[in-house]
Amino acid sequence: MLEVKDLHVYYGGIHALKGITLKVPQGRIVTLIGANGAGKTTTLRAISGLVRPKHGSILFFDHELTRMPTYKIIRLGIGVAPEGRRVFPNLTVLENLELGAYNRPPAEFRKDLEWIYSLFPRLRERSKQMAGTLSGGEQQMLALGRALMSRPSLVLLDEPSLGLAPLVVEEVFQTIQSINAQGATILLVEQNAMAALHVAHYAYVLETGRITLEGTGKDLLADERVRKAYLGED
Amino acid sequence: MTATILTQQFINGISLGSLYALVAIGYTMVYGILRLINFAHGDLLMVAAYAAIYAVTLLSLPWQISFPLVMILTGLFGILVDRVAYKPLRDAPRISLLISAIGVSFLLENLAIVLIGGVPKGFPRPDIFARVIDLWGLRIQVLTVYTPILTLVLLMGLLYIVHRTKVGKAMRAASKDFETTRLMGINLDRIIAVTFFLGSSLAAAGGIMWAMKYPQVNPFMGVIPGLKAFIAAVLGGIGNIVGAVVGGFVLGLGEILIVALFPQMAQYRDAFAFAVLILVLLFRPTGIMGEPITDKT
Ligand SMILES: Nc1ncnc2c1ncn2[C@@H]1O[C@H](COP(=O)(O)OP(=O)(O)OP(=O)(O)O)[C@@H](O)[C@H]1O
Ligand SMILES: [Mg+2]
Repeated sequence: MLEVKDLHVYYGGIHALKGITLKVPQGRIVTLIGANGAGKTTTLRAISGLVRPKHGSILFFDHELTRMPTYKIIRLGIGVAPEGRRVFPNLTVLENLELGAYNRPPAEFRKDLEWIYSLFPRLRERSKQMAGTLSGGEQQMLALGRALMSRPSLVLLDEPSLGLAPLVVEEVFQTIQSINAQGATILLVEQNAMAALHVAHYAYVLETGRITLEGTGKDLLADERVRKAYLGED
Repeated sequence: MTATILTQQFINGISLGSLYALVAIGYTMVYGILRLINFAHGDLLMVAAYAAIYAVTLLSLPWQISFPLVMILTGLFGILVDRVAYKPLRDAPRISLLISAIGVSFLLENLAIVLIGGVPKGFPRPDIFARVIDLWGLRIQVLTVYTPILTLVLLMGLLYIVHRTKVGKAMRAASKDFETTRLMGINLDRIIAVTFFLGSSLAAAGGIMWAMKYPQVNPFMGVIPGLKAFIAAVLGGIGNIVGAVVGGFVLGLGEILIVALFPQMAQYRDAFAFAVLILVLLFRPTGIMGEPITDKT
């Protein structure tokens, strides 16, 4: 469904992605793990059109994304929960969710909203509250819910578990699995390699702009190099 | 000074203030979304005033048609200015944008001199606005009463758009975060265009009212009201629509009342506005209703 080929991204003189190739097959959870500064966020930003690669291609079904403006990429059916939540602080929770549904038919809105509220009951209680006054974890739920309001076929998640309490982290990963079971394909960027590898069908390890390892979640969990570098074992 | 004269001046102040308010809204909306002081905004008053003159005289349209038409055309003109002068600079440093705005301002003023000439043109004020009515013993031109009413009606409409419609919500989102707005599948350029359209058509309403109040239209007629409206926007808290209106009223009232209470200060009337600007910048840069000004990504 999504195919990234030999992607090179530069920030000025910094060569941030040095030829990334990866595939996200329909119906799967694929995760991208790696240390700080490896280029995970950059990969997602390139897919969503926020940075332009110097070289390489990104195919989503038959659409080449590298020259498409972001809003058109999103309208193809991609939902994004960006790094750092980025909820609109000056809008209410409900308004944030409405913007997530910007291109959905209005008739579907109620139903989609109920679905998000059932995934995150906390958001229903807070619906009239300004998003800027939510707790960090609540903002993370809102960012996730907002990304799902467009009923995307592909969801890009950048560290959705960051800053959450362990119990909530577990909930978030359960939610990811449940929306995947409901048909959404997921590309998940995570620092929490253990949790990510547990839910992922397939995983890529990114190191300073290069993919150094790939395999099923299970394989990588068993891989010694991964265990040393990302799961904190020695 | 009698109570009657004071009341009369109060009404004049409200009326003048509502004109500043109409123009200040455009400054504040564009600033809110682009962090740009659109110095060409005041010149839209002039553009609208000339457009109204030609609509009424050359096309012989009745004012009921030509004034709203001019508002729409000026709104579209605002979009054009954005497309030509600001859109290519979206990723450029903010100072380039500011310089571009000043350039547009000079361009419009000088274009008007070349195309129309520097000699002031009379404004074909419809008679019904010139009528003088007797209000509780006060003799007031109806225009003076209509101006604030029109401002409040337009403000209500604008607030409805900004707070209740999808486009308005996208505008508020964009004022905080361009990238994430795009990630919602929103065409940001369209949202910015709507912002320019709304701000510019309100400026057109202000320009038409201004030209009826002072029926001499010349290429520089927008400069002073533009600056005053900018000050009103800063006073109210730039980026805040209601603040811009409050700032407009405060500035208009202050200006008129100072002159009324201290007639010997009359020639310092314009200086009053700039003194206000300096004081606000010194002591309360966020203005009356502004939030702390944030940088944005
Ligand atoms: N806007 C930018 N300008 C310059 N360099 C940048 C920019 N954004 C990212 N980089 C650099 O590109 C590299 C990859 O950054 P990226 O944000 O993709 O890393 P990441 O894998 O998401 O890291 P983290 O886990 O810390 O979020 C880093 O070296 C970073 O410093
Ligand atoms: Mg990152």
